[in-house]
Amino acid sequence: MSSLTKLVGWIDARFPLTSNWKAHLSEYYAPKNFNFWYFFGSLALLVLVMQIITGIFLTMNYMPDASLNNSGVPVAFASVEYIMRDVPWGWLIRYMHSTGASAFFIVVYLHMMRGLMYGSYRKPRELLWIFGMLIYLALMAEAFMGYLLPWGQMSFWGAQVIINLFTAIPFVGPDISLWIRGDYVIGEATLNRFFAFHVIAVPLVLLGLVVAHVLALHEVGSNNPDGIEIKKNKDPVTHIPLDGIPFHPYYTVKDIVGVVVFLMVFSAIVFFAPDVGGYFLEANNFIPADPFKTPPHIAPVWYFTPFYAILRAVPPMFGSQFPGVVAMGVAVMILFFLPWLDRGNVKSIRYRGTVYKVWLGLFVISFIGLGVLGVLPVTPLYTIYSRIFSVIYFAFFFLMPWYTKIDKTKPEPARVTG
Amino acid sequence: MSMSEVDRSKRRFLIAATTAVGGVAAVGAAIPFVMSMLPSERAKAAGAPVEVDISKIEPGMILNIEWQGKPVWVVNRTKEMLASLSKLDSMLVDPNSEVPQQPDYCKNPTRSIKPEYLVAVGICTHLGCSPTYRPEVSPPDLGPDWLGGFFCPCHGSRFDLAARVYKGVPAPTNLVIPKHKYLANGRLLVGDDSKGA
Repeated sequence: MSSLTKLVGWIDARFPLTSNWKAHLSEYYAPKNFNFWYFFGSLALLVLVMQIITGIFLTMNYMPDASLNNSGVPVAFASVEYIMRDVPWGWLIRYMHSTGASAFFIVVYLHMMRGLMYGSYRKPRELLWIFGMLIYLALMAEAFMGYLLPWGQMSFWGAQVIINLFTAIPFVGPDISLWIRGDYVIGEATLNRFFAFHVIAVPLVLLGLVVAHVLALHEVGSNNPDGIEIKKNKDPVTHIPLDGIPFHPYYTVKDIVGVVVFLMVFSAIVFFAPDVGGYFLEANNFIPADPFKTPPHIAPVWYFTPFYAILRAVPPMFGSQFPGVVAMGVAVMILFFLPWLDRGNVKSIRYRGTVYKVWLGLFVISFIGLGVLGVLPVTPLYTIYSRIFSVIYFAFFFLMPWYTKIDKTKPEPARVTG
Repeated sequence: MSMSEVDRSKRRFLIAATTAVGGVAAVGAAIPFVMSMLPSERAKAAGAPVEVDISKIEPGMILNIEWQGKPVWVVNRTKEMLASLSKLDSMLVDPNSEVPQQPDYCKNPTRSIKPEYLVAVGICTHLGCSPTYRPEVSPPDLGPDWLGGFFCPCHGSRFDLAARVYKGVPAPTNLVIPKHKYLANGRLLVGDDSKGA
């Protein structure tokens, strides 16, 4: 017996190392027909790790301090510029972190799109989907609070707009926003608490949710592009699904290819265009926060713009901004109910009928359209577009129980295809 | 009573009682943490009234001051500006200031104590941006009907020179008029309107 085997044996007698390795990697059987769309789960995990590591190193030099230094610049803003200019390799770590934020949303949106196309939220994966949605919510909170930290003009006024959304809640709204800010305006108290939430509280929640998401996945097993259950066809002797292959080494190797391609694109952005023309890092955020001067055009970072466009599309009613805020909230929350809104008798888009495909196509166009409109200034024409897209966005979900039912689906195959 | 006989109803009661007491303790323990996020005493002190000298504001000009960390405008309105206010009533959401966005003593056509001086919190009632002072009449970007006022760059809300909101813009209500009072020698106190002393 080699010393390594002995060591593993020693550990296994005290900690479930080998059994966990088997349960989650070498003997976790995933469908053999995963395609391109199945890269984004592991990529999301990669980006999470990258954000945590770059984030740890950024905190070593970042200072959450809104007071002005001797040159009249807010300390927080100056500390970010210090990281960019004076800290060895600081510019790289900071750009990895800022690009990572956008990359996170790109892979998560593609990951969610995969779920939509192949019905991965359907029974028995409802809870898996809900954990995923909670991760998405935590991610939005994490990104929003992180964006305040550089204390630029966009940081300040973006947070001002978003926190004021809570003011629109009837009766308790003003007190809630006061509680969130910790002051009558966004200031030192707000910056410090957002820092605490951004670096400790939300990452802990995120990690916990990711563990729950993966555990739920490994309990029910992965869906696949055919949307059929591979557990229905098991080898009579070994009880291994006939269409399953062990995650390790097959999918670990496949995912490495995805990681390499992803890192090529990621590095190209970090090195050559870290602000991506103002979409990943907005130009106004290179100006220190000024509570007395609103920049001429405020737009959230791209990953929030679809919901922001919905907010702006709803006119004030009864002298209150609340309906718009509700619409925005519902636009996010409705996703939680997807497993119960879909009444189709197949899961995958491959076997759905034309009706569902048209609706999904309209939904994707609306979501992207809203995203584009959310970064543009308000004009009467754009407001009409925003309203049309918003109606389609909601119709996709609210009419889903009916159109998925009447949709003429094709028969699902018994075994997975190519 | 033998060991196998378990009084289930007593056990249920004890579990429920323990859970309830524990729950109350958890809520109680959470209170200090939740309350610690409210404005501190220092933040409240910074919300104290602010005194400014407004005698130096030329007619038609604006003075920006800070109160509770918010921008507060003081505009010395000219006769022409005041005359323009009454022409706008049909274009405004709340021309008579029915919504209590001002102290009672400012619920009047000029929304002010002294007609010429407008004192308003410079925060848009839509989503909290700070509108820009645009006193000029009919500038190209705001159209021929513009008689001067405030324009919010964020979402295009428009307010007249009494900080009243126009119809058809995102902001739902007029801008806030803070509590204020005039002291002797052309001085203004923002944030306090108590009589006496």
